[in-house]
Amino acid sequence: MRARVLIRPKAGILDPQGTAVERALPALGFAGVGNVHIGRLVELDVEDPSQLEPMCEKLLANPLVEDYEVQRLDGSG
Amino acid sequence: MPDSATLPTVEEALALGLTREEYELVCEKQGRAPNQVELAMYSLLWSEHCAYKHSRKLLRTLPTEGQYVLMGPGENAGAVDVGGGLACAFKVESHNHPSAVEPFQGAATGVGGILRDIFAIGARPIAVLDSLRFGEPSGPAGARTRYLLDGAVSGISHYGNSIGVPTVGGEVYFEDPYEQNCLVNAMALGLARSDQLVSSAAAGPGNVIVLFGASTGRDGIGGASVLASAELGAGDSDRESADMRPTVQVGDPFEEKKLLECSLELLEQGLLVSLQDLGAAGLTSSAAEMASKGEVGVDIDVTKVPLREAGMEPFEVMVSESQERMLCVVEPHNVDAVMGLCEKWEVNGAAIGKVTDSQRMRVLDGSELVGDMAVRALVDDCPLYDLHPVKPSEPIYQPPAPRLASDATPTETLLALLASPNIVSRRPLFEQYDAVVQSRTVRRPEQADAAVLALPAAEGGPVPALAVSIDGNGRRVAADPYRGTIAAVLECASNLACVGAEPLGTTNNLNFGNPEKGHIAWQLTEAVRGLGEACRVLQAPIVGGNVSLYNEGSTGPIYPTPVIGMVGRLPDAHRAGRLGFQRAGEAIALVGPFDPSLAAGELEKLHGLPLPDELEQFDLDAVRDAQLAIRDAVRAGALSSAHDIAEGGLAIALAECCLAGGLGAEVGLGEVFREHIPPPAVLFGEGPGGFLVSGQDDALLELSERVPLWVIGSVGGEALKVADPAITITLAELADAHGGLGALFS
Amino acid sequence: MKFGVLQFPGSCDEVDALGAARRVGDAELIWHGERDLRGADAIVVPGGFSYGDYLRAGAIARFSPAMESVIAFAADGGLVLGICNGFQVLCEARLLPGALLGNANLRFTSRQVDLEVVEPETPFTSACAPGELLSIPAKHSSGRYYADAPTLVAMAERGQVVLRYAAGENFNGSVEDIAGVRNEAGNVFGLMPHPEHAVDELIGGSADGLGIFQSMRLALEGARA
Repeated sequence: MRARVLIRPKAGILDPQGTAVERALPALGFAGVGNVHIGRLVELDVEDPSQLEPMCEKLLANPLVEDYEVQRLDGSG
Repeated sequence: MPDSATLPTVEEALALGLTREEYELVCEKQGRAPNQVELAMYSLLWSEHCAYKHSRKLLRTLPTEGQYVLMGPGENAGAVDVGGGLACAFKVESHNHPSAVEPFQGAATGVGGILRDIFAIGARPIAVLDSLRFGEPSGPAGARTRYLLDGAVSGISHYGNSIGVPTVGGEVYFEDPYEQNCLVNAMALGLARSDQLVSSAAAGPGNVIVLFGASTGRDGIGGASVLASAELGAGDSDRESADMRPTVQVGDPFEEKKLLECSLELLEQGLLVSLQDLGAAGLTSSAAEMASKGEVGVDIDVTKVPLREAGMEPFEVMVSESQERMLCVVEPHNVDAVMGLCEKWEVNGAAIGKVTDSQRMRVLDGSELVGDMAVRALVDDCPLYDLHPVKPSEPIYQPPAPRLASDATPTETLLALLASPNIVSRRPLFEQYDAVVQSRTVRRPEQADAAVLALPAAEGGPVPALAVSIDGNGRRVAADPYRGTIAAVLECASNLACVGAEPLGTTNNLNFGNPEKGHIAWQLTEAVRGLGEACRVLQAPIVGGNVSLYNEGSTGPIYPTPVIGMVGRLPDAHRAGRLGFQRAGEAIALVGPFDPSLAAGELEKLHGLPLPDELEQFDLDAVRDAQLAIRDAVRAGALSSAHDIAEGGLAIALAECCLAGGLGAEVGLGEVFREHIPPPAVLFGEGPGGFLVSGQDDALLELSERVPLWVIGSVGGEALKVADPAITITLAELADAHGGLGALFS
Repeated sequence: MKFGVLQFPGSCDEVDALGAARRVGDAELIWHGERDLRGADAIVVPGGFSYGDYLRAGAIARFSPAMESVIAFAADGGLVLGICNGFQVLCEARLLPGALLGNANLRFTSRQVDLEVVEPETPFTSACAPGELLSIPAKHSSGRYYADAPTLVAMAERGQVVLRYAAGENFNGSVEDIAGVRNEAGNVFGLMPHPEHAVDELIGGSADGLGIFQSMRLALEGARA
């Protein structure tokens, strides 16, 4: 099964990368943009989908400072 | 061999950069028309970048021998004897064109490439310096300049810091002629035991050729993709994306760190016959040069090369510029041990060929022979071209836009110069570099005129040290290629003198426009003439370097920019010189045969003046003698500070010494110069041979017996005060002007 | 006494840490793949870019066999010093509270900084005076210390903040200017600046970092006495 994990900085923690991008966009002519946050994406083939959450907790994300979201890419939600 | 129906056409040869005559010469050497693999390889090895067609004859005129030289030009890097059984390997190289496309990766891979040259000869890299040129940071070019500067500095930072090699020095200039052709030159130094320097010559027919490091992909193939097999056509998505693939090589410093440790351990265990890094033209140049130096042949089987892209054609494997790869020659009984070390360091290792006595470079696709060339033809028989220098009768360069009113006061002028892009503090740049890893750095950026790195000390003895500087004011060379280049070499040696170091050897990167044009050929010829003369007089021979030509855009050529890197040695690191004033009350003196002139200087640039027709004459021997005197005084501990007078002249040097020491100064300049030098030239005039020092009265008196010296004032107070013409600027105001580069990064 | 200095693929400052430790006692390198800590009395997890900082700084190194042994060693009360990347590894391994995030200024920054000794009675700072300022180089791109509010309150109560950036010196945006912290038991300490690069006045002008290594030796000698 192919899965995708999206990892985002937890709300409330300073995200200077997101802020920098948010500031840069208007200068390039893109108006009306706000609330930009930058995270990470991990895509993988996994035989046992039940391992995905422990993988996230243990390695792929740092739950102290990051939230993660698991997406299954085979259409099963 | 593939049949003639698939042979590349003459048009394809021209598209790859060969001239019609060169293509015909290739056919003659081959005895037939070259096939796809052969044409790709010839076109790269016979390119200007690899073959130095227009510069090789000129470079042969440079002095390359000296009492400290252990390895001269022709190997991966040069090396000098630094005492204690140690050698310092060093070299400078450019990565100009890739950096204009993608500055982060261009600069990063430039650093990666020069580091590989250092550990390819068995030396552990201990320092990096960078020399950068961009267009003006403000005005229409501003945004692009900022993008390139930011990218290049980030790239150097990323690569150097990650691999654990400190970046200890460098320089940046901002000038209109570099707007369309930025320069990114990277210099590296390494240490090795003198008796363990490694050659790249392949030897021993029957020996195995091993490729180790990262896997091979389509990086850098770009231009050669015109050769891609027509059979596959549309519908093959790999092929389509390969044609679209940009020429950008992507560097991975983590991979290179593993490669470095693996290489040094392989050498330490005596497992290698020879070692060569893969740089421009990848496997093609690496294997061909190894064979040429060893006067042997090589067989390479492309199916044995670890690939990271599917469906790569043989020519692609041979020309790929994937980074972080090395080639070595191994005796058959050592191959297992070599693979074992590769596994330990988690790098790919593969036996991809063998050394033969055929003196031919043969490329195999499994059992099928797909390329067969004489090594001589590939490497040595490339045509070399004479330059046809023509001194230009008209100015080549536009005057810069004026940025300072001609009636500005001396105070306003000093502050404007101090804040100008070529002089303002580079702290926001060098603070992105780790300058301390490996625990050798005795003088960090802005602490002295040269970086100083401690060497191992003999038991109970003083700690010796290396000093290194990189310099190359292109505008002065544009005004007068011969004198301007001598001045650049002198600048480097003066910087070394100010920390107490004796020059051991020199490396150079010649960055010029199109040498097929008479005026550029003239610049190049005159610059090399000056380079040779200066290195001979200073006894600092050239041990290696690089040439980057065709740096021209629609607005014309870059300033002729010979970037000079010089390495020196001082016997006692505790006595390494400093640039900042140290003690209130001490005397300040101007030292040396300094004959300041505004011609081609930073003030003339601010005023928007055109370049002069030539630079003022100076006495090369007198400057060298002044350098020796300064060096000896620094070594004796007689001076509290020593600073070479460079861009912006004496006034700027004073400001820099005040800022670095956190102390003001009070000076008068009325008595110093010959009467006919006008006040602006006294304050802001430039030229070689001027030093600003501070120390005790008796030490300065002693120095004055050896070299021209004028005591001009003393250290102290919270301001820089100059009498005649009157200038008073507080340290805070100086710091404010000096700290303005950061605004470029906002 | 003997220091064990871990070495991961991508470590850079382990040789420097080895040199600094050798000014105070014996020291040797411990390869990441080894579980045997070679009888080390104290462990140093050094600076650099272990595993290229891939995924997150220190995220992969924390799972190495050597680190498994270090976690057990710490549970037994062994002294563990984490420097820069080492600090990141110790936070990822949950031997220390909080996390290190990207610098607020978004750049790798290398600068000599003054650090205030907040807790002088630790095995890592006993050789320093209370309120003393240590001049030590910091060089990193992900040194912004973060812990949530409840954690910070608990840390304050237990004296877990050991070093703070002096006024004006906090360039990475660390919460409450925190530069170095210890665990509750007090035997594990991490800091972002590099004391191993401030052990010799010739190399950088400050030997203020030597005190950290000396404190560890004093603590071990005291423990034996």
